[in-house]
Amino acid sequence: MVTATPTPKKKTNRLGLELPVYRGSKTTLCAGCGHNAISERIIDACFAMGIEPTQVVKLSGIGCSSKSPAYFLGSAHGFNAVHGRMPSIGTGALLANKNLVAIGVSGDGDTGAIGIGQFIHLMRRNLPIIYIIEDNGCYGLTKGQFSPTADVGSTLKTGVVNELPPIDTCALAIQLGATFVARSFSGDKKQLTAILKAAISHRGTAMIDVLSPCVTFNDHEGSTKSYAYAKSHEDPLEELDFVPYFEDIAVDYEPGETQEVTLHDGSRLYLKKLDERYDPTDKMQALRVLHETHERGEFATGLIYVAPMTDDFLTTLNLVDEPLASLPEDQVRPPRSVLNEIMASLA
Amino acid sequence: MPASDVAVEERPTTSSVEPVVNDFSIQVATVNGSGSQTANLVLLRAIFQMGVPVSAKNMFPSNIAGLPTWFTIRANKDGYVGWKKKTEILVAMNPETAREDVLNLDPGSVVVYDEPLKLDSVRSDLVFYPVPFNTLVGDVTREVTLRRRVRNMIYDGVLSRLLGVEIDQMEVALRKHFGNKVKVVAINRAALDAGYAFAEQHLEKRDPYRIEPMDENQGRILIDGNAAAAIGCLMAGVTVVTWYPITPSSSLCETLIDYLRKYRVDKETGKASFAVVQAEDEIAALGMAIGAGWAGARSMTATSGPGISLMGEFTGLAYYAEVPAVIFDIQRVGPSTGLPTRTAQGDVLTTAFLSHGDTRHPLLFPCSPEECYSMAINAFDLAERFQTPVFVLSDLDLGMNTWMSPTFAYPTKPMDRGKVLDAATLDRIGQFGRYRDVDGDGIPYRSVPGSSMPAYFCRGSGHNEWGQYSERADDYQKNVDRLLRKFETFRNWMPAPVVEINRKAKVGIIAFGTTHWAVVESRDQLRNEADVQTSYYRLRAYPFRPALASFIERHDRVYVVEQNRDAQMAILMRLELRAELSGRLRSILHYSGDPIDARTITDDILVQEGYRVHYSAADGVIPHDAGVGGE
Repeated sequence: MVTATPTPKKKTNRLGLELPVYRGSKTTLCAGCGHNAISERIIDACFAMGIEPTQVVKLSGIGCSSKSPAYFLGSAHGFNAVHGRMPSIGTGALLANKNLVAIGVSGDGDTGAIGIGQFIHLMRRNLPIIYIIEDNGCYGLTKGQFSPTADVGSTLKTGVVNELPPIDTCALAIQLGATFVARSFSGDKKQLTAILKAAISHRGTAMIDVLSPCVTFNDHEGSTKSYAYAKSHEDPLEELDFVPYFEDIAVDYEPGETQEVTLHDGSRLYLKKLDERYDPTDKMQALRVLHETHERGEFATGLIYVAPMTDDFLTTLNLVDEPLASLPEDQVRPPRSVLNEIMASLA
Repeated sequence: MPASDVAVEERPTTSSVEPVVNDFSIQVATVNGSGSQTANLVLLRAIFQMGVPVSAKNMFPSNIAGLPTWFTIRANKDGYVGWKKKTEILVAMNPETAREDVLNLDPGSVVVYDEPLKLDSVRSDLVFYPVPFNTLVGDVTREVTLRRRVRNMIYDGVLSRLLGVEIDQMEVALRKHFGNKVKVVAINRAALDAGYAFAEQHLEKRDPYRIEPMDENQGRILIDGNAAAAIGCLMAGVTVVTWYPITPSSSLCETLIDYLRKYRVDKETGKASFAVVQAEDEIAALGMAIGAGWAGARSMTATSGPGISLMGEFTGLAYYAEVPAVIFDIQRVGPSTGLPTRTAQGDVLTTAFLSHGDTRHPLLFPCSPEECYSMAINAFDLAERFQTPVFVLSDLDLGMNTWMSPTFAYPTKPMDRGKVLDAATLDRIGQFGRYRDVDGDGIPYRSVPGSSMPAYFCRGSGHNEWGQYSERADDYQKNVDRLLRKFETFRNWMPAPVVEINRKAKVGIIAFGTTHWAVVESRDQLRNEADVQTSYYRLRAYPFRPALASFIERHDRVYVVEQNRDAQMAILMRLELRAELSGRLRSILHYSGDPIDARTITDDILVQEGYRVHYSAADGVIPHDAGVGGE
């Protein structure tokens, strides 16, 4: 289908671009912040997939997470929206130019609290956007208050105990009609990179909740979003192998143990199941697994749910091929005869 | 001002047999949801087609069915189309309000009513025409649902006979309304005929009111302001429409959607050169419009006051990030439940300064459907030229009522897409800095995502002229000063006011939007009834032009007429005027939820000018005795 890239001498991708092109400005987040690791994985995935950076828009709301788009893909346009409203900015940008690759970065407060309304409707619309929640269970930029993804019984540094049940953004997204739902951990380099590549290949909303410990305010004992807790309670559903559409690689696998998912652009995802019953195209099973792992105090990671061939929002709008933003005047201003016809109908 | 006597003129009573031609109002009182709108629009259109200047106001409740509604048609040979409080002819179809409606009439008025209501027992000084609607409609059709639908058409037939509204013109109007639904037209025509025949046989004409043909409506159309704005958006080349339903703005987007589907879908491929999204709320609606504007589309949303409040934060972001968007605000009365279906001009200050921090936004004030159309086109050009949200402030009266209008002119200028960076420009300016004032007009160049031009990270106020994140004091201050410079630049790009200087006048009037129509009529009243000469400055935009100060300077007293309680436009002016000119401003304020009427303005100005006015049974208030005179 597409030329297989031979192993390059210098490390360039299929566009001939080198990795540094995909970097952004220097991070201003705390040393060791999980968000920085996620930015690195985004850089890796975009480089590996050969994404043209000038065709990417980076979108975010407000919070520590929402600062991070400045730290990757420096040659892409970015928009730091108001708190919780990144989905609407992303929707508008994609309406204007349906060819853009949209990467949105939000946080658990930005999504789960102030932005829950826009999040819900984004999931319903299946807008083609990669929506990453950098989830640390607290508000970092305002110094550590609980967010709506904090677990019952989890404590603040000050000892304050969270009494309210968490919002499971993955379960919510599945229920709302999202077509690609994954959960990962900022410390799981291999899994997160594979998920991000798969998300790039997906046409529709790819919702990825990434547990990303806040080293400053929420990494203590008593927190269920700390590094230690995440490491010991992560429950991967599968081992992921991603094969992009432009690489002609045959993968041997045992049927029954490994499930192949063909994504929208022809890329393939191989899921080596750790729980052999698990099928990420089964919505009810996905919801049950999320519920059961949560009951056990664990969190399931990996590709939780995918419906790769569902029409995305822009497709349903049946737009002309050229981006609306660059249509010339003669295609958007009707001729004089149209105005005359309308006037005649009102005379 | 001249403090001479004003003769007290006793008005002849309306029971006089002298015919009153093409100068009266017809009010139809019904229950909403009863299907009277067709009958009312047919009557309106028939009078319009007879060449008589006509206007309509629909007073309706925030409700789908079962509450009282009043539809008023004003025919006026002199072309006055503003609201008139007094009604000469009442069609009383609503049992609940009939008594009160009749009690509100002036002596000599006419009542056409549903016979069982027995309204002739309420008063003896009116002309009553009882009509047995149920009996008549029974002869038109046996089908119960059809009876309900065409029952109201009978009063059109009765009025046709009584007033001389040509029944053939009513049929033309019916055809216009129903298109080629032959059967529907036929049964409505039968109902018209039934009413006409009944009036011919049973009602002896005992009132002076008549419609006679004129030739005033050549080249005119009938349209509401929202539809006119929709046509403007269509012609402006809008590509992204994001909205949330709210009365009284919904019909703007709904009409636009109809036109876009008809005229902007490729006939061969079925593909659209536009995107419309009904958002989850007004916050998202504006967020999407801003996202689209940022990415290079011509984007818009339409809303009303409550939506404007929700859009506050995003408007501020778009102001600082310098993103174009067009926002239509079809103003209505205040928040939540109450009077959402009544008109007001109450969002002037809110929109001028919407959001937090130092923000100022350009506002356009259309007064007519024609201006809803032309200002819609202009708004997109201004938004892209100045890279900022532009508000078009219409109101319920303009947006939802039917108005006469000249036909709209096709745009003469090409679309102005503003300073969008391309390769040639980049060569010329050297290095791209998103917020650099290269041309000295305060307007920077912007690059659009996906265009392969240099990128920038778009964010709120914390950036330097290169678009980099900065919290430095000098960067921030330099930027807000440039934004002010940009604001000053667009003063002279905004639509110019329409100014009429009367050299003899010591009194000036300033108005905007729909208030204009009442002012036109009031100025004639002031001149004819009290010999008060006035000059007139019709504001069409904010920021104001320097001409505003010159106008005020020419006059001793300047009345700012507006439809809100707090003199919002006058306050906005006072922020810019020097104290001496500010002191010349006086306010005429109207804020009942009904449209402003000429009589209210005339009386208020006369009182403030020192005349004593007294109430006349015939015509509200007339001037009486020049009192202490003006200052």
